[in-house]
Amino acid sequence: MPGSRAKSADPRRRWWPFALVAPLLIFLLASFILPVVLMLSRALTDRELQTVWPDSAAALRHWHGNGLPPDVLAQRVAREMVAARRNGTLNRVANRLNYDMVGSRTLLYGTADKLLAGAPGNSVAALARIDPRWGRPAIWAAMRHADGPLTSHYLLAALDRRLDKDDRIVGVAPEQAVFTAIYLRTFKISALVALFCIILGYPVAYLLASLPERRANPLLILVLLPFWTSALVRTAAWAVLLQTDGVINSLLQAIGLLDAPVQLIYNRLGVYIAMTHVLLPFFILPLYGVMKGISPVAMRAASSLGASPLRAFLRIYLPQTLPGVAAGAIIVFTLALGYYVTPALVGGGADQMISASIAFYTNQSLNWGMAAALSLLLLAPLLLMLLAGRTLARAVPA
Amino acid sequence: MKVALRLLGALALLAGSACGSGSDVRPLTVVGWGGSSQDAHRNAYWNSFTTSSGIPLREDSWRGGVGVIRTKVIGGDASWDIVQVETEDLILGCEEGLFQRLDWAALGGRDAFIPSAVHDCGVGAMLWSYVIGYDGDRIKGAGPQSWADFWDVKRFPGKRGMRKTPKYSLEFALMADGVPAGQVYSTLRTPAGVDRAFRKLDEIKPHVIWWSSISQVPDLLGSREVVMSVTSPGRLIVANRTEGRNFKLDWHGNIYAVDYWVILANSPRPAEAAQLLRYMTRPENQARLARYIPTGLTSVEANRIVDPKLKQNTPSDPANMTDALELDADFWVEYGDQLTQRFNAWVAR
Repeated sequence: MPGSRAKSADPRRRWWPFALVAPLLIFLLASFILPVVLMLSRALTDRELQTVWPDSAAALRHWHGNGLPPDVLAQRVAREMVAARRNGTLNRVANRLNYDMVGSRTLLYGTADKLLAGAPGNSVAALARIDPRWGRPAIWAAMRHADGPLTSHYLLAALDRRLDKDDRIVGVAPEQAVFTAIYLRTFKISALVALFCIILGYPVAYLLASLPERRANPLLILVLLPFWTSALVRTAAWAVLLQTDGVINSLLQAIGLLDAPVQLIYNRLGVYIAMTHVLLPFFILPLYGVMKGISPVAMRAASSLGASPLRAFLRIYLPQTLPGVAAGAIIVFTLALGYYVTPALVGGGADQMISASIAFYTNQSLNWGMAAALSLLLLAPLLLMLLAGRTLARAVPA
Repeated sequence: MKVALRLLGALALLAGSACGSGSDVRPLTVVGWGGSSQDAHRNAYWNSFTTSSGIPLREDSWRGGVGVIRTKVIGGDASWDIVQVETEDLILGCEEGLFQRLDWAALGGRDAFIPSAVHDCGVGAMLWSYVIGYDGDRIKGAGPQSWADFWDVKRFPGKRGMRKTPKYSLEFALMADGVPAGQVYSTLRTPAGVDRAFRKLDEIKPHVIWWSSISQVPDLLGSREVVMSVTSPGRLIVANRTEGRNFKLDWHGNIYAVDYWVILANSPRPAEAAQLLRYMTRPENQARLARYIPTGLTSVEANRIVDPKLKQNTPSDPANMTDALELDADFWVEYGDQLTQRFNAWVAR
């Protein structure tokens, strides 16, 4: 048996194939896996207070209480606040606390400047004289939530939840809640785009597979052509076609099908049209590959045994193509989940997908913990999907 | 984590030097807002600065946000020297020590500039505003005269272009709801005022196409996708000049603010940066800027010597400023995070 031979072979032999792929593995590890893990770990870790205010963070972990803290803790916070203001590191704590409690930023900077000017900060009451917010539990709870090294803040926030001042999980204010709706929308748009790709792509793949190679090849190039144009250019081209005074509206009006232009872009319809077009080749190509491998003999046998063409297709051909359909649909669905340029350019405000939020937190507000948490929540269902896809592909006879 | 970050930093440095752009050899780098505003700065200042001083310049452009600067300065990426920033970014960045303190004596003293252009860390680059822009070929006769008109989709049917930020949108909504310019920010500082602004925005939401970059506005108006839009005047005036458009502006209830030049705290070329700053704020040079883009000037002397015709369509023309509102940067520093989150949630519904 090959297995037992490999086991009995000397270790150097066993490592030899590994050494051949080692450069690729190391490359993947350094350029892909390590950065992804580092980035995603930000969703769960909380090091700002620990790094900038080490004494206060330790005292906060030790305190573990609700309500107002002991004066010793207030003293440490005041001392480290002043030190951080001097070193220019206060913004790291201020921004972190601002995620939990809006207004913390100005509270910290205002208080630090007063302390620097000589105001006493040796007790909770003394701090509350500088700003009354120090006399309320909310800011102290926010600090306790951020005392590290682990945090649930970002993951909860990505689900529109938060910890209140007594550490209970509560929903955020309804006018601030946004992410669960965007997640559902992201999955719905991706699923529908995959469905549209199946409906539009299946006949095309069938045509390609059934034509003689001489005629299939030019058609295949037409399918591949969009691959060689950037998604941005294709999306911009859709904007030209679909806009109110665009080619399609003008044409439909000219031939009398429409009286007034219809809104084809900057809404959900535009997103479906543009995304389906951009992703269609990813569905057609795997399916085409599967269809090419199906022997026509089985279909002929079914016909000769008296099956109608429809019955032969449904019972013999279709089941054999299902792995290709599943593979193509999963690729399209997966890619669609991560789209944000296309919805941003051809969608309206209510058509944005979760990647737009991730990009916002990554590039604009630089809240990378939030970006990581949102990514993590996007990745988890995706892994489940892929597992389901594998099981499906195994269950279906290839 | 720290070790890993250092490792990444080292890798980035390696990649940088491999491309021959190590931070010690790069030329003085100035960063603007891109588009026609950056073109104007290039034509008015940067080309002639390089010719006269022999200091080569590299340009970059960005879309704002103090976070970007924070990563550069704290992360040790010294690729920018001088940056054009909005007021909130100036306030936040100065507080956090991201910018160098300016030598005001070398710039001609604080009195040489209009008061709002003077800050410890920044000097006013230009005075600009957000107004209502529309296509005179589509709206013939009386155009919109107020934010209430902008909201009036019966009198002016068609979509509206608005910037996808709570900043400006909330202020305009309150003015459309009848709040006088002088009371906009005091109203917004109350929770009821914020609710009122969002209720007013609800009315126009189905008719809005949101833009994120000002350069989209001439396209949206030109392709007739929107009938009117929130815009900065310069872009439309430039489009009128270069593309023969007939875009018109309404200045009622405009919001104006100053953009500032700052020198980043980690600039490796502080002396050259200061030299460029002096060059860009000298009155005779600033007066030249108005030729390339209609904008308000920050130097008192430049405002005196500039051709009066060039003041039309700028915040420097008093006729445009009768009921104008100055952007309250302190308000946005305090409430920006909270309102951005609420606005993003509102837009996404």
